[in-house]
Amino acid sequence: MVNYIWFFLILVGIFFALLTGRIDVINNSILTNGKEGLDLILSILPIIVLWTGIMKIAEDSGLLKKFAHLVQPLLSKLFPDVPKDNPALGYIASNIAANMMGLGSAATPFGLKAMKELQKINPDKETASTPMITFLVLNTAGVTIVPTTVLALRIAHHSANPSEIIIPGVIATFCSSLGGLLLDYFIRRRKR
Amino acid sequence: MNLLSKIVIPIFVVAVIFYGFKQKINVYESFLAGAKEGLYITFNIFPAVIAMVFAINIFLDSNFIYFLLNSFRGLFNFLHIPLEIMPMALLRPVSGTASLAIMNDIFLRFGPDSYLGRLASILQGCTDTTIYVLALYFSSIGIKKIRYSLGVGLFADLVGIIMAFILTMILF
Repeated sequence: MVNYIWFFLILVGIFFALLTGRIDVINNSILTNGKEGLDLILSILPIIVLWTGIMKIAEDSGLLKKFAHLVQPLLSKLFPDVPKDNPALGYIASNIAANMMGLGSAATPFGLKAMKELQKINPDKETASTPMITFLVLNTAGVTIVPTTVLALRIAHHSANPSEIIIPGVIATFCSSLGGLLLDYFIRRRKR
Repeated sequence: MNLLSKIVIPIFVVAVIFYGFKQKINVYESFLAGAKEGLYITFNIFPAVIAMVFAINIFLDSNFIYFLLNSFRGLFNFLHIPLEIMPMALLRPVSGTASLAIMNDIFLRFGPDSYLGRLASILQGCTDTTIYVLALYFSSIGIKKIRYSLGVGLFADLVGIIMAFILTMILF
Protein backbone atom coordinates (compact mmCIF):
# COMPACT_ATOMS: atom_id res chain seq x y z
CA MET A 1 0.00 0.00 0.00
CA VAL A 2 2.62 2.54 1.10
CA ASN A 3 4.68 1.14 -1.74
CA TYR A 4 2.14 2.36 -4.32
CA ILE A 5 1.62 5.71 -2.67
CA TRP A 6 5.35 6.45 -2.49
CA PHE A 7 5.73 5.59 -6.16
CA PHE A 8 2.65 7.63 -7.09
CA LEU A 9 3.77 10.75 -5.19
CA ILE A 10 7.19 10.85 -6.85
CA LEU A 11 5.98 9.95 -10.36
CA VAL A 12 3.07 12.41 -10.42
CA GLY A 13 5.19 15.12 -8.82
CA ILE A 14 8.01 14.89 -11.33
CA PHE A 15 5.79 14.48 -14.40
CA PHE A 16 3.51 17.32 -13.46
CA ALA A 17 6.49 19.59 -12.80
CA LEU A 18 7.94 18.64 -16.21
CA LEU A 19 4.65 19.50 -17.94
CA THR A 20 4.22 22.82 -16.17
CA GLY A 21 7.84 23.90 -16.47
CA ARG A 22 8.60 23.78 -12.77
CA ILE A 23 11.37 21.20 -13.05
CA ASP A 24 14.00 23.55 -11.57
CA VAL A 25 11.89 23.73 -8.39
CA ILE A 26 11.78 19.93 -8.22
CA ASN A 27 15.50 19.67 -8.88
CA ASN A 28 16.13 22.02 -6.00
CA SER A 29 13.65 20.14 -3.84
CA ILE A 30 15.35 16.78 -4.42
CA LEU A 31 18.76 18.16 -3.55
CA THR A 32 17.66 19.80 -0.30
CA ASN A 33 15.18 17.11 0.76
CA GLY A 34 17.65 14.98 2.68
CA LYS A 35 18.56 17.79 5.00
CA GLU A 36 14.89 18.47 5.71
CA GLY A 37 14.32 14.81 6.58
CA LEU A 38 17.31 14.82 8.89
CA ASP A 39 16.10 18.01 10.59
CA LEU A 40 12.69 16.44 11.07
CA ILE A 41 14.15 13.33 12.74
CA LEU A 42 16.51 15.38 14.89
CA SER A 43 13.68 17.60 16.08
CA ILE A 44 11.46 14.73 17.22
CA LEU A 45 14.29 12.55 18.59
CA PRO A 46 14.81 14.21 22.00
CA ILE A 47 11.13 14.14 22.99
CA ILE A 48 10.61 10.56 21.86
CA VAL A 49 13.64 9.44 23.86
CA LEU A 50 12.52 11.43 26.90
CA TRP A 51 8.94 10.22 26.71
CA THR A 52 9.75 6.54 26.24
CA GLY A 53 11.99 6.95 29.30
CA ILE A 54 9.13 8.31 31.39
CA MET A 55 6.76 5.66 30.10
CA LYS A 56 9.23 2.91 30.94
CA ILE A 57 8.91 4.03 34.58
CA ALA A 58 5.12 3.74 34.27
CA GLU A 59 5.54 0.24 32.82
CA ASP A 60 8.12 -1.02 35.34
CA SER A 61 6.20 0.32 38.34
CA GLY A 62 3.00 -1.40 37.23
CA LEU A 63 1.16 1.88 36.64
CA LEU A 64 0.30 0.95 33.07
CA LYS A 65 -1.11 -2.40 34.25
CA LYS A 66 -3.11 -0.69 37.00
CA PHE A 67 -4.56 1.70 34.48
CA ALA A 68 -5.45 -1.20 32.19
CA HIS A 69 -7.30 -2.87 35.09
CA LEU A 70 -9.27 0.32 35.60
CA VAL A 71 -10.68 0.38 32.06
CA GLN A 72 -11.33 -3.36 31.89
CA PRO A 73 -14.89 -3.31 33.36
CA LEU A 74 -15.84 -0.78 30.69
CA LEU A 75 -14.39 -3.06 28.02
CA SER A 76 -16.56 -6.05 28.85
CA LYS A 77 -19.56 -3.79 28.08
CA LEU A 78 -18.09 -2.86 24.69
CA PHE A 79 -17.31 -6.51 23.91
CA PRO A 80 -20.40 -8.51 24.94
CA ASP A 81 -19.33 -11.47 22.74
CA VAL A 82 -15.96 -11.91 24.50
CA PRO A 83 -15.98 -13.94 27.76
CA LYS A 84 -15.03 -11.79 30.78
CA ASP A 85 -11.92 -13.82 31.67
CA ASN A 86 -10.55 -13.91 28.11
CA PRO A 87 -6.93 -12.60 27.95
CA ALA A 88 -7.89 -10.54 24.87
CA LEU A 89 -9.56 -7.94 27.13
CA GLY A 90 -6.33 -7.46 29.08
CA TYR A 91 -4.31 -6.93 25.90
CA ILE A 92 -6.93 -4.53 24.54
CA ALA A 93 -6.75 -2.51 27.78
CA SER A 94 -2.94 -2.33 27.60
CA ASN A 95 -3.13 -1.33 23.94
CA ILE A 96 -5.51 1.54 24.73
CA ALA A 97 -3.40 2.66 27.70
CA ALA A 98 -0.23 2.80 25.58
CA ASN A 99 -2.06 4.65 22.78
CA MET A 100 -3.39 7.22 25.24
CA MET A 101 0.10 8.11 26.37
CA GLY A 102 1.28 8.61 22.81
CA LEU A 103 3.30 5.41 22.59
CA GLY A 104 2.04 4.03 19.32
CA SER A 105 4.97 1.68 18.83
CA ALA A 106 4.52 0.19 22.31
CA ALA A 107 0.81 -0.28 21.66
CA THR A 108 1.20 -2.40 18.53
CA PRO A 109 2.54 -5.62 20.19
CA PHE A 110 -0.43 -5.61 22.62
CA GLY A 111 -2.80 -5.03 19.73
CA LEU A 112 -1.38 -7.95 17.74
CA LYS A 113 -1.72 -10.25 20.78
CA ALA A 114 -5.31 -9.11 21.28
CA MET A 115 -6.10 -9.97 17.64
CA LYS A 116 -4.56 -13.42 18.08
CA GLU A 117 -6.73 -14.09 21.13
CA LEU A 118 -9.85 -12.84 19.34
CA GLN A 119 -9.04 -15.07 16.39
CA LYS A 120 -9.10 -18.11 18.74
CA ILE A 121 -12.80 -17.49 19.54
CA ASN A 122 -13.67 -16.48 15.96
CA PRO A 123 -15.94 -19.11 14.32
CA ASP A 124 -14.93 -18.14 10.76
CA LYS A 125 -11.13 -17.81 10.54
CA GLU A 126 -11.15 -15.81 7.28
CA THR A 127 -13.82 -13.27 8.19
CA ALA A 128 -13.40 -10.45 10.70
CA SER A 129 -15.51 -11.04 13.83
CA THR A 130 -17.61 -8.32 15.46
CA PRO A 131 -15.30 -7.94 18.51
CA MET A 132 -12.31 -7.56 16.16
CA ILE A 133 -13.99 -4.68 14.35
CA THR A 134 -14.99 -2.97 17.59
CA PHE A 135 -11.38 -3.30 18.81
CA LEU A 136 -9.96 -1.82 15.62
CA VAL A 137 -12.37 1.12 15.75
CA LEU A 138 -11.33 1.69 19.37
CA ASN A 139 -7.68 1.41 18.37
CA THR A 140 -7.61 3.62 15.27
CA ALA A 141 -9.89 6.29 16.74
CA GLY A 142 -8.16 5.88 20.10
CA VAL A 143 -7.86 8.75 22.52
CA THR A 144 -4.35 10.24 22.52
CA ILE A 145 -3.60 12.49 25.50
CA VAL A 146 0.06 13.23 24.77
CA PRO A 147 0.77 13.50 21.03
CA THR A 148 4.56 13.27 21.46
CA THR A 149 5.74 13.82 17.89
CA VAL A 150 3.39 16.77 17.34
CA LEU A 151 4.68 18.45 20.51
CA ALA A 152 8.29 17.80 19.52
CA LEU A 153 7.80 19.32 16.09
CA ARG A 154 5.98 22.37 17.49
CA ILE A 155 8.86 22.98 19.87
CA ALA A 156 11.41 22.60 17.07
CA HIS A 157 9.57 25.23 15.03
CA HIS A 158 9.61 27.67 17.98
CA SER A 159 5.93 27.66 18.85
CA ALA A 160 5.12 30.25 21.53
CA ASN A 161 2.97 27.69 23.32
CA PRO A 162 3.64 24.15 22.04
CA SER A 163 1.20 22.40 24.40
CA GLU A 164 -1.84 24.60 23.63
CA ILE A 165 -3.16 21.93 21.25
CA ILE A 166 -3.38 19.18 23.90
CA ILE A 167 -6.90 19.82 25.27
CA PRO A 168 -8.50 20.62 21.86
CA GLY A 169 -6.80 17.44 20.61
CA VAL A 170 -8.24 15.38 23.44
CA ILE A 171 -11.75 16.73 22.74
CA ALA A 172 -11.44 16.01 19.00
CA THR A 173 -10.07 12.50 19.51
CA PHE A 174 -12.78 11.76 22.10
CA CYS A 175 -15.50 12.79 19.63
CA SER A 176 -13.96 10.66 16.90
CA SER A 177 -13.80 7.60 19.18
CA LEU A 178 -17.37 8.14 20.29
CA GLY A 179 -18.55 8.58 16.69
CA GLY A 180 -16.80 5.41 15.57
CA LEU A 181 -18.08 3.33 18.49
CA LEU A 182 -21.67 4.57 18.05
CA LEU A 183 -21.68 3.73 14.34
CA ASP A 184 -20.17 0.31 15.16
CA TYR A 185 -22.85 -0.23 17.81
CA PHE A 186 -25.73 0.58 15.46
CA ILE A 187 -24.36 -1.69 12.72
CA ARG A 188 -23.99 -4.53 15.25
CA ARG A 189 -27.58 -4.05 16.45
CA ARG A 190 -29.01 -4.04 12.95
CA LYS A 191 -27.19 -7.22 12.00
CA ARG A 192 -28.43 -9.13 15.02
CA MET B 1 -8.43 25.59 28.64
CA ASN B 2 -4.96 26.97 28.00
CA LEU B 3 -3.88 26.39 31.61
CA LEU B 4 -5.23 22.87 31.49
CA SER B 5 -3.21 22.18 28.34
CA LYS B 6 -0.11 23.43 30.10
CA ILE B 7 -0.43 21.31 33.24
CA VAL B 8 -1.29 17.94 31.66
CA ILE B 9 2.32 16.94 31.05
CA PRO B 10 3.93 18.17 34.31
CA ILE B 11 1.22 16.47 36.39
CA PHE B 12 1.56 13.30 34.37
CA VAL B 13 5.34 13.24 34.81
CA VAL B 14 5.12 13.85 38.57
CA ALA B 15 2.46 11.15 38.97
CA VAL B 16 4.50 8.57 37.04
CA ILE B 17 7.77 9.24 38.86
CA PHE B 18 6.09 9.44 42.26
CA TYR B 19 4.26 6.14 41.73
CA GLY B 20 7.48 4.47 40.57
CA PHE B 21 9.28 5.75 43.65
CA LYS B 22 6.49 4.52 45.92
CA GLN B 23 6.66 1.07 44.31
CA LYS B 24 10.38 1.09 45.16
CA ILE B 25 11.66 0.67 41.63
CA ASN B 26 14.82 2.44 40.48
CA VAL B 27 13.17 5.22 38.51
CA TYR B 28 16.46 6.48 37.09
CA GLU B 29 17.48 3.07 35.74
CA SER B 30 14.00 2.53 34.28
CA PHE B 31 14.17 5.91 32.59
CA LEU B 32 17.53 5.09 31.02
CA ALA B 33 16.30 1.72 29.76
CA GLY B 34 13.22 3.35 28.24
CA ALA B 35 15.20 6.20 26.69
CA LYS B 36 17.45 3.65 25.03
CA GLU B 37 14.36 1.98 23.51
CA GLY B 38 13.24 5.38 22.29
CA LEU B 39 16.57 5.85 20.57
CA TYR B 40 16.11 2.54 18.73
CA ILE B 41 12.55 3.47 17.74
CA THR B 42 13.70 6.76 16.19
CA PHE B 43 16.64 5.04 14.56
CA ASN B 44 14.27 2.48 13.02
CA ILE B 45 11.89 5.06 11.53
CA PHE B 46 14.73 7.20 10.18
CA PRO B 47 14.80 5.62 6.67
CA ALA B 48 11.00 5.89 6.40
CA VAL B 49 11.08 9.57 7.34
CA ILE B 50 13.78 10.35 4.77
CA ALA B 51 11.83 8.42 2.12
CA MET B 52 8.56 10.19 2.92
CA VAL B 53 9.99 13.71 3.13
CA PHE B 54 11.60 13.03 -0.25
CA ALA B 55 8.36 11.90 -1.93
CA ILE B 56 6.05 14.40 -0.21
CA ASN B 57 8.24 17.39 -1.05
CA ILE B 58 8.42 16.44 -4.72
CA PHE B 59 4.66 15.99 -4.77
CA LEU B 60 3.89 19.25 -2.95
CA ASP B 61 6.46 21.32 -4.89
CA SER B 62 4.93 20.19 -8.19
CA ASN B 63 1.70 22.01 -7.19
CA PHE B 64 -0.29 19.05 -8.54
CA ILE B 65 -2.60 18.96 -5.53
CA TYR B 66 -3.62 22.60 -6.09
CA PHE B 67 -4.21 21.93 -9.78
CA LEU B 68 -6.44 19.03 -8.73
CA LEU B 69 -8.30 20.87 -5.98
CA ASN B 70 -8.55 24.25 -7.70
CA SER B 71 -11.98 23.50 -9.12
CA PHE B 72 -13.23 23.06 -5.55
CA ARG B 73 -11.60 26.26 -4.31
CA GLY B 74 -14.93 28.07 -4.08
CA LEU B 75 -16.44 25.32 -1.94
CA PHE B 76 -13.39 25.18 0.34
CA ASN B 77 -13.39 28.96 0.78
CA PHE B 78 -17.09 28.86 1.58
CA LEU B 79 -16.45 26.26 4.31
CA HIS B 80 -13.34 28.13 5.58
CA ILE B 81 -11.18 25.09 4.86
CA PRO B 82 -7.64 26.02 3.75
CA LEU B 83 -6.58 24.05 0.67
CA GLU B 84 -3.12 23.45 2.17
CA ILE B 85 -4.50 21.01 4.76
CA MET B 86 -6.07 18.66 2.20
CA PRO B 87 -2.94 16.61 1.32
CA MET B 88 -2.50 15.92 5.03
CA ALA B 89 -6.13 14.93 5.61
CA LEU B 90 -6.02 12.64 2.57
CA LEU B 91 -2.73 10.88 3.41
CA ARG B 92 -3.20 10.62 7.20
CA PRO B 93 -5.12 7.28 7.14
CA VAL B 94 -2.39 5.61 5.08
CA SER B 95 0.92 6.80 6.41
CA GLY B 96 1.84 8.50 9.68
CA THR B 97 5.25 9.53 8.35
CA ALA B 98 3.70 11.08 5.23
CA SER B 99 1.33 13.25 7.25
CA LEU B 100 4.18 14.10 9.62
CA ALA B 101 6.23 15.28 6.64
CA ILE B 102 3.32 17.46 5.45
CA MET B 103 2.86 18.90 8.95
CA ASN B 104 6.57 19.75 8.96
CA ASP B 105 6.11 21.50 5.61
CA ILE B 106 3.14 23.49 6.97
CA PHE B 107 5.16 24.54 10.05
CA LEU B 108 8.03 25.65 7.81
CA ARG B 109 5.78 27.74 5.58
CA PHE B 110 3.17 29.10 7.98
CA GLY B 111 4.58 28.52 11.47
CA PRO B 112 3.19 26.28 14.22
CA ASP B 113 1.09 29.08 15.77
CA SER B 114 -0.81 29.95 12.60
CA TYR B 115 -4.36 28.75 11.99
CA LEU B 116 -2.98 26.11 9.62
CA GLY B 117 -0.24 25.10 12.04
CA ARG B 118 -2.68 24.53 14.90
CA LEU B 119 -5.14 22.74 12.65
CA ALA B 120 -2.39 20.39 11.42
CA SER B 121 -1.24 19.73 15.00
CA ILE B 122 -4.71 18.77 16.21
CA LEU B 123 -5.37 16.74 13.07
CA GLN B 124 -2.18 14.70 13.45
CA GLY B 125 -2.99 13.96 17.10
CA CYS B 126 -6.67 13.07 16.82
CA THR B 127 -6.68 10.75 13.80
CA ASP B 128 -4.77 7.57 13.11
CA THR B 129 -3.28 5.61 10.23
CA THR B 130 -6.52 3.63 9.95
CA ILE B 131 -5.85 1.86 6.65
CA TYR B 132 -2.34 0.88 7.69
CA VAL B 133 -3.44 -0.46 11.10
CA LEU B 134 -6.31 -2.45 9.57
CA ALA B 135 -3.99 -4.00 6.99
CA LEU B 136 -1.35 -4.87 9.60
CA TYR B 137 -3.71 -6.33 12.21
CA PHE B 138 -5.91 -8.33 9.86
CA SER B 139 -3.03 -9.73 7.83
CA SER B 140 -1.25 -10.82 11.03
CA ILE B 141 -4.00 -13.37 11.71
CA GLY B 142 -4.98 -14.19 8.13
CA ILE B 143 -8.36 -12.41 7.91
CA LYS B 144 -9.48 -11.90 4.31
CA LYS B 145 -13.01 -10.50 4.65
CA ILE B 146 -12.82 -7.28 6.67
CA ARG B 147 -16.58 -6.48 6.49
CA TYR B 148 -17.59 -2.97 7.56
CA SER B 149 -14.41 -2.23 9.56
CA LEU B 150 -12.81 0.14 7.03
CA GLY B 151 -15.98 2.21 6.70
CA VAL B 152 -16.40 2.65 10.46
CA GLY B 153 -12.69 3.41 10.94
CA LEU B 154 -12.66 6.09 8.25
CA PHE B 155 -15.92 7.50 9.58
CA ALA B 156 -14.27 7.97 12.99
CA ASP B 157 -11.34 9.76 11.31
CA LEU B 158 -13.77 12.01 9.46
CA VAL B 159 -15.45 12.96 12.75
CA GLY B 160 -11.97 13.75 14.13
CA ILE B 161 -11.09 15.93 11.13
CA ILE B 162 -14.37 17.86 11.34
CA MET B 163 -13.92 18.37 15.09
CA ALA B 164 -10.34 19.60 14.51
CA PHE B 165 -11.67 22.25 12.10
CA ILE B 166 -14.44 23.38 14.46
CA LEU B 167 -12.20 23.49 17.55
CA THR B 168 -9.38 25.39 15.83
CA MET B 169 -11.91 27.90 14.56
CA ILE B 170 -13.65 28.57 17.89
CA LEU B 171 -10.74 28.20 20.34
CA PHE B 172 -7.95 30.20 18.74
